Amino acid sequence: MSDVAVHEADHGTQGHTTTTGLSNNKVGMWLFLGSECLLFGGLISTYMLYRGRVSAGPRPGNVFDIPFTSVSSFILLMSSLTMVLAVSAAQNRDDRGTTLWLSVTALLGATFVGGQVYEFTAMYNEGLGFTTSLFGSSFYTLTGFHGVHVTVGIIMLMSLVGIIKRSTIPGDKAEVVELIGLYWHFVDVIWIVIFTLVYLIPA
Amino acid sequence: MTAATETHTEHDHSHDDHAQHGMSNAGYIRIAIILAAMTALEVSTYYVDFGALFLPVLLVLMVVKFFVVVSYFMHLKFDNKLFSFCFYAGLFLAVMVYVIALATFKFFAA
Repeated sequence: MSDVAVHEADHGTQGHTTTTGLSNNKVGMWLFLGSECLLFGGLISTYMLYRGRVSAGPRPGNVFDIPFTSVSSFILLMSSLTMVLAVSAAQNRDDRGTTLWLSVTALLGATFVGGQVYEFTAMYNEGLGFTTSLFGSSFYTLTGFHGVHVTVGIIMLMSLVGIIKRSTIPGDKAEVVELIGLYWHFVDVIWIVIFTLVYLIPA
Repeated sequence: MTAATETHTEHDHSHDDHAQHGMSNAGYIRIAIILAAMTALEVSTYYVDFGALFLPVLLVLMVVKFFVVVSYFMHLKFDNKLFSFCFYAGLFLAVMVYVIALATFKFFAA
């Protein structure tokens, strides 16, 4: 096998044989995240327009539990730290550290989603359904989309833990962890924006 | 140099590059502490009256937190500029499109 062939087999042909000299997977992930800015931008803008449109049911200030959501936000923020520690461990070829930090990240993410389910339930019990008002519809759509993104991230993290334990990742393992890490951090930065614009700044 | 040795050397080089791209774990923890402190300051605006500074403080903290996570945790500050272009092009487009859309609906006039 030639040097190039050995090298490609070791790195899954990514990163060194592309026209840009960069990993196509990574370029694709950044393009995807750039497009996600447009998706969440649309949802956030819609919420900003409709948050004052309350024809029936409670107003934003009556249903938001800021102390509870602050704790949830802190948990999601800390999951970004554990995710970056997982990426660091993967780059150091520390499989045990990688699976540990990935699992902690998934656990923190699951705690956040659990908090969101609790929050939605409490709001529904206070009379804010999905079709109660334009505020309710735009709020549930925005935060629900974000919650789905976090849930997809948790599924990817747990799948990655299983795959690493079976040692079946082809190519550069650290890059796979990094790509999922990019997605996870993006979900976190979107929540940074949502937390401020939706929860902390009153309608 | 044999093919196997060369591959190993190049692989090590690749991981050296990874190390140069990121920060140490202690650096990441420092960044996380700064982010936590900024979040605490954000939450404090709910309890303390910041007066006219309320909105600017929240917006500045939001933007700073956003770029700290993107730059350091997502390594954009250390990575190839093409990645920055891919992301910031989408972000810039989104901000421009939706600011114009909100302005059209007289959102900022209120």
